[in-house]
Amino acid sequence: MEPVKAIEMKGISKAFGSVMANENVSLTVYNGEIHALLGENGAGKSTLMNMLSGIYTPDSGFISIQGEQVQFTSPKDSIALGIGMIHQHFKLVDVMTAKENIMLGDKRSFFTKSSDLTKEIRAICDKYGLDIDPDKKVYEMSVGEKQTLEIIKVLYRGAKILIMDEPTAVLTPQEIARLFQIMRSMKQQGCAIVIITHKLGEVMEISDRVTVLRKGRSLDTVNTGEVDMNTLIEMMVGKAVDMEINKEKVADKQKLLEVDNLTVENAEHKNVLEEISFTLYGGEILGVAGVAGSGQKEICEAIAGLTPVKKGRIFFEGENIIGKSPRDIIKKGIRMGFIPEDRLGMGLVGNMDITDNVMLKDYHMQRGIFLNRAESAEKAERIVEKLDILTPSVRNYPVKKLSGGNIQKVLLGREIDSEPKVLITAYPVRGLDIGASHKIYDLLNEQKIQGVGVLFIGEDLDVLMHLCDRVMVFCGGKVMGTVEPDSVSKEEIGLMMAGEKIS
Amino acid sequence: MKFITISRRDDIPRNRIVLIRILAILLSIAFAGIVIMALGYNPLAVFRQMIKGALGGKIRLQQTALKAVPLIITTMGIIVAFKMKFWNIGGEGQIMMGAMAASFVALNYSHLPKTLLLILMALASIVAGGLWAFIPAIFKAKLGTNETIFTLMLNYIAIKFVTFLQYGPWKDPTSQGYPKVPDFTAKAILPNVFGVHIGWIIAIILVIVTYIFINHTKKGYEVTVVGESVDTARYAGINIQSVIIVTMLISGGMCGLTGMIQASAIEKTLTASLSANYGFSAITTAWLSRLNAVAAFFVCICFAILLQGGASLQITMNIPAAVADMIQGIILFFVLGSEFFLQYKVGFRKRLAKEEA
Repeated sequence: MEPVKAIEMKGISKAFGSVMANENVSLTVYNGEIHALLGENGAGKSTLMNMLSGIYTPDSGFISIQGEQVQFTSPKDSIALGIGMIHQHFKLVDVMTAKENIMLGDKRSFFTKSSDLTKEIRAICDKYGLDIDPDKKVYEMSVGEKQTLEIIKVLYRGAKILIMDEPTAVLTPQEIARLFQIMRSMKQQGCAIVIITHKLGEVMEISDRVTVLRKGRSLDTVNTGEVDMNTLIEMMVGKAVDMEINKEKVADKQKLLEVDNLTVENAEHKNVLEEISFTLYGGEILGVAGVAGSGQKEICEAIAGLTPVKKGRIFFEGENIIGKSPRDIIKKGIRMGFIPEDRLGMGLVGNMDITDNVMLKDYHMQRGIFLNRAESAEKAERIVEKLDILTPSVRNYPVKKLSGGNIQKVLLGREIDSEPKVLITAYPVRGLDIGASHKIYDLLNEQKIQGVGVLFIGEDLDVLMHLCDRVMVFCGGKVMGTVEPDSVSKEEIGLMMAGEKIS
Repeated sequence: MKFITISRRDDIPRNRIVLIRILAILLSIAFAGIVIMALGYNPLAVFRQMIKGALGGKIRLQQTALKAVPLIITTMGIIVAFKMKFWNIGGEGQIMMGAMAASFVALNYSHLPKTLLLILMALASIVAGGLWAFIPAIFKAKLGTNETIFTLMLNYIAIKFVTFLQYGPWKDPTSQGYPKVPDFTAKAILPNVFGVHIGWIIAIILVIVTYIFINHTKKGYEVTVVGESVDTARYAGINIQSVIIVTMLISGGMCGLTGMIQASAIEKTLTASLSANYGFSAITTAWLSRLNAVAAFFVCICFAILLQGGASLQITMNIPAAVADMIQGIILFFVLGSEFFLQYKVGFRKRLAKEEA
C-alpha cells in the first residue's frame, strides 16, 4: 500500500513583479515522513512554504492536502486543513502563560474552560513526548521551551502537517538533539514534517527525504540515506564547492583591544553584560559563541560606544575608549558590522544606493557642509569589483533590491575598505548560502593576515570552530570561558553555552 | 472564495507609471463630471470655468500665484520633516506662531526702516515657527513621544492663542469694539514684484535650497538616514537627537515664514484664520510629490489652480463652495488612490487547472 500523500504540490509558479520566485516547483511529502527542504538563500523555499500556509497564493499549479485538491485564500484555510507553520521567530506573547498563548486565536469556542485546556495540553504532550508547564509565562522560558510551546500551539489546533522554518538557528546543540527527538516522535505518530534549513548536517541527521531547490526550481527529491553531503551541496549550488575553511596562524600578534571587567545594564537596570574581560589581538579571529541574546549585541554596542557602560574599561591600543563618541571610535579604526535578523536594519539603508551606503560612516569627515558623492562612488565601484557584488549600478539602485549575499558583501566591504584595525562582525553570514559564506570567511581571513583583530560573533558552532583562533563562550551576559577550538569538542562548547563553566 | 489577488510590485516600467497617473486624472474628471451633472450643472461649463477662473487673465493668474506661494513654502517645511519620518501635522500652528511673531515686530517696531523691519519680521517668524516645532521635537528626541498627536494639538493652542490676542491684549483700540488686531503700517507690507508680492521669489529660492539641502548636504543626508532607519543612523554614529531638533527647527521655521508672508502681504494684519488650511494642504502636496522638492513646486501650482478655480465657481456660476470642495476632493482621491496601483498589482485569479487524470 502506498502511504498517503500529506502534501502534493505540482507545477507551482509564483512571480513577484518580474522575479520568478518559484517556477514549476513540485513537492510531495508523505505522512510519517520528515522531509527537508534544502536550498540556497533566495532559492524559493520560504515562498513555497508561504503558499502552503496560505500567506501567498500561487500563480499557477495546484496543491493537494491528504489527497484533496485545495485552494487557500488565507492562512485560516491552511490551518483548517491541519497545516501548522513554526516560524523562525516565535510568534508568542511574552507576558502571557503558555496556556494563554495556546488559546490565542483559537476560534473553536468562545469560552474555554481552563482546566479542560490544561488536560488537552497534557494529552498532546503525552502523545508526542513534549514537556511544558502550562502556567509558565513566556518571558520566563528558555528558547527551547518557547519552541516547544510553538509546536504544542500548532498541534493543539489540530495540525498533522508541520512546517518548520530553520528551527535550529537559535538552539544549543543539546536543545537541537531534543528537538530532533520530538520530531521523530511526531513522525511516529503519523505527522508529516517539512523542515526548511541550509545546515547540511541536520539534513543528513533528521530527514528521510530531501527536496533541493535552486533558483526557484525544484531540482530533485532524493532519499537522504542514498546521498552524501557533497552531492547535496553540488545540487544546491550547482557546482562543487570547497568546504574547507582555512585557518592560518599569524605569528606576530599585538594586543589591540582589551576589555576589562565590563558591565552593561539595559533600560530595566538588569545586567546584560556582567564583568566581561577579554583581550583581542591583531592577527587573530576571536569567535563569540552563545545562544541568541546572551549579550552578543551588547558587547558590540559597548565597544562601538553606542551604549552606556556601567562599569569597566575598554582599552584600544592602550587608551581607554569608554565615554568616547561613536564617531571618535570609528575614527580610531574600530569598525563594526552588525547583521541583524532583518539584515538591513542596522548597517545599511535599504532605500539608498550603494554609493550612499558606502559613505555612511565617512561622510562626516568630508569638509564643508556639502556632500561629495564622487569619492564615495569611486569607493563603491572598488568594493563592488573586489567582492564581486552583483548590481546593475552603484548609483540609483537601492541596496534592498540586491540579494542577501550581495547586501552583506556591501556592508562588510565598506568596513574592510576603511582599513580598520579592529573589525567586529556579528552574524556576517546570516542567511547566506554556502558559496557566499565561504567568500565572507575568506575576506575575514584576509583581514586577519593583514594584522586586523577580528571579533567574530557567529551562530554556527562548526564555523566558529573552524574559522576562529579562539572561541569565547557567552551565556546570560557572562563569559563562560575562552577555548581553543582544537582542544575542545562541540558538545563541551554546547554545555558552556547552556551555562556550565569549564575550566 | 476571493478571486481578486493583490501583490506588491517591485519594478514598474516608467511608461506604466505615466499611464496610471493619466488614467487617474481622466477618471477623476469623468467622475467629478457625473457628480456635477447629478447636481444639475453642465460639467463642461464648470470645468471650463475652473480653468478660466484660475488661469484666464492677469488678475486671476495673480490670485493663483498668491495661493501657490504659501502652499509651496509650507510644503518645503513639511517635506524636510517627512523626509525624517517625523510626521509634522503642525504646519497650521507653526504658521500661526510665525505670523504672530511677525505681527509683534510689525506692530511694535514700525519706526524702523522698511527693509530692516521686514527682515526682522521674517527672522522673528522663522524663530517662532521653529520653536513651535521644537517643542514636539525635543519631546520626541528625549522621551520618544508621538509627534503626530503632539503637533496636531499644538495647532489648536496656536490658533486659540492668536484668537486670544485678537480679542484681548492686541485688540485694535480704534476699531470701535470690533475684535481685530490693528492693520500693519505700509512699511510692514511686503513689496510686489511683477504684480505679486515678493514671496514668490522667496518660494522659488526655498525650493532650490530645500532640494540642495536634502540631496547634497551632509545634514540632509543625516536627515534621510534617520528617516530610513534610526538603528542604522545610531550605528553610523549620527547624533539622532540633534538631527531631530535641527530638522524640526528648519521645518517649523519655513512654516513660520509662511505665516509672516500671509500676515504681511495678504491679511496685512494678524487674524486667527490666516493659515487657511495651508498647513494641512501641504501634507497632501508633500505626499503627492513624493517628498521631492522640485516636484512639489509643480504639484503646489496645480493645487493652487484647483483652489483658485474652485473659488471662482462660487462667484461666477453661483455654485456653492461645497461643490468646489467636492471636485477637489474627487480629484485628490483618484490621484492619491492611483498610488496604490503603482505599488500593488491587482489581478483576477484564474481558476486553477485540474490535474489531468
